[in-house]
Amino acid sequence: MTDYSTDEMMTVAAARRLRDGAVCFVGVGLPSTAANLARRTHAPTLVLVYESGCLGAKPDRLPLSIGDGVLAEHADAVISVPEVFNYWLQPGRVDVGFLGAAQLDRYANINTTVIGGSYDSPKVRLPGAGGAPEIAASCREVVVVLRQSPRSFVDRVDFVTSVGFGDGPGYRERLGLRGAGPRTVITDLGVLEPRDTTCELTLTQVHPGVTVDDVRAATGWELSVAPNVTTTEPPTEHELATLRALEATLNGAP
Amino acid sequence: MAKVVSLADGIAELVRDGDLVALEGFTHLIPFAAAHEIIRQGRRNLTLARMTPDLIYDQLIGMGCASKLIFSWGGNPGVGSLHRFRDAVQNGWPTALEIEEHSHAGMANRYVAGASGLPFAVLRGYTGTDLAKHTETVRQITCPFTGEQLTAVPALQPDVTIVHAQRADHDGNVQLWGITGVQKEAVLAAKRSLITVEELIDELEPVPNQVILPGWAITAVSLVPGGAHPSYTMGYSTRDNDYYQRWDAISRERETFTGWMRENVL
Repeated sequence: MTDYSTDEMMTVAAARRLRDGAVCFVGVGLPSTAANLARRTHAPTLVLVYESGCLGAKPDRLPLSIGDGVLAEHADAVISVPEVFNYWLQPGRVDVGFLGAAQLDRYANINTTVIGGSYDSPKVRLPGAGGAPEIAASCREVVVVLRQSPRSFVDRVDFVTSVGFGDGPGYRERLGLRGAGPRTVITDLGVLEPRDTTCELTLTQVHPGVTVDDVRAATGWELSVAPNVTTTEPPTEHELATLRALEATLNGAP
Repeated sequence: MAKVVSLADGIAELVRDGDLVALEGFTHLIPFAAAHEIIRQGRRNLTLARMTPDLIYDQLIGMGCASKLIFSWGGNPGVGSLHRFRDAVQNGWPTALEIEEHSHAGMANRYVAGASGLPFAVLRGYTGTDLAKHTETVRQITCPFTGEQLTAVPALQPDVTIVHAQRADHDGNVQLWGITGVQKEAVLAAKRSLITVEELIDELEPVPNQVILPGWAITAVSLVPGGAHPSYTMGYSTRDNDYYQRWDAISRERETFTGWMRENVL
């Protein structure tokens, strides 16, 4: 068996979550890597939408940012940013919103704005919202990918940049949010999904070599665990080779 | 028709202390050269609007040009934080910086309302987020037809908008293409506008889908080849990714930042 890193397992697991033919709104960083891996493996007709206005992007290398020229060169269409949000995201034309996060809580609310202190005087100032609040509200479902630690998985996020399930069942419905919210959270340790009755994130899958206790230790709240936790299939040779070739394009390879 | 002016004259005439200024460009076509001219001319108390402040506003903020920032995502794309922006927000260096924070959808719609001559835009956005609690310019509105609760954001109408584009003719008709972000809306929303271009040519060949800003809709055009560096201009240059990477170390400390600006911009 080939050795692989925990980050590689996370990226492969995230890629597998995207089904062929789906329309996917891609965030910068880990989600972009996973979406491009999916398109090169099991999901060749996955439609990648970037908030810079690239609709149906087919980059032949990993983009360095969401406004990388390679996204425009091979896109089905390049449109303005108001069009992206008003014509494509807002009416619900996007199947999956694929997001990262700095902090996530037990109801899958996302923080990318401030950590600690107050909004006016934060301990750490993060980049902010970008496209995420409306992606989280309007896509049919949301997949979140981030590394798991007690610092990133907190009992309550310091700032709700993008809404998951608020404070529990019925919250999204009361607000009139149209999408189903975060259905899957993929980390370097495993996979969490909201429990239907409580909306609370529940561990349903661990990656090979990871124990439930490892995940508990990396979670800042008392983690809910599904009765039958499965183990992720390790990356195949093909997935790993494709991912590594893709990541090499970031370092100047063609 | 738009005037063709030098960059220095264009900035001197169009950008005034205390103005609301938008320099737009979504990763692509960011008007860095114009920002550097604003820094050299020592503008103060600007309210800077931009969806993604990135390095161009890190430089303006760090050099003390701004007193307020209106934005929706403040980072160095693919690299990390904006250290000068953080220093200004957290420590008031070199001056205090007030912030007005939106989402991308909100900012885009604020420019659309401005370009449309409407007082506000309506969108499905911000619902349930803490942004709505901290930003005065986000309000709930009831649809007069269905009763649905929606969000209103006021028009953003800059005193001056500056963007970079591929080319223009001598009457100031401008073609731009590739990732065009919110540039067209930001220009049409503004009272005055300056477009820096890679090329000035005698006659533009009409090409469908190459967004044209007609000369009568803008104020001035300046020939500034490479004016988007370290950002890029599709068809003319590629993004200087090393610059974005190096910026993290250059901007981290006040001394290295000011030294670098003195050497490379002033």
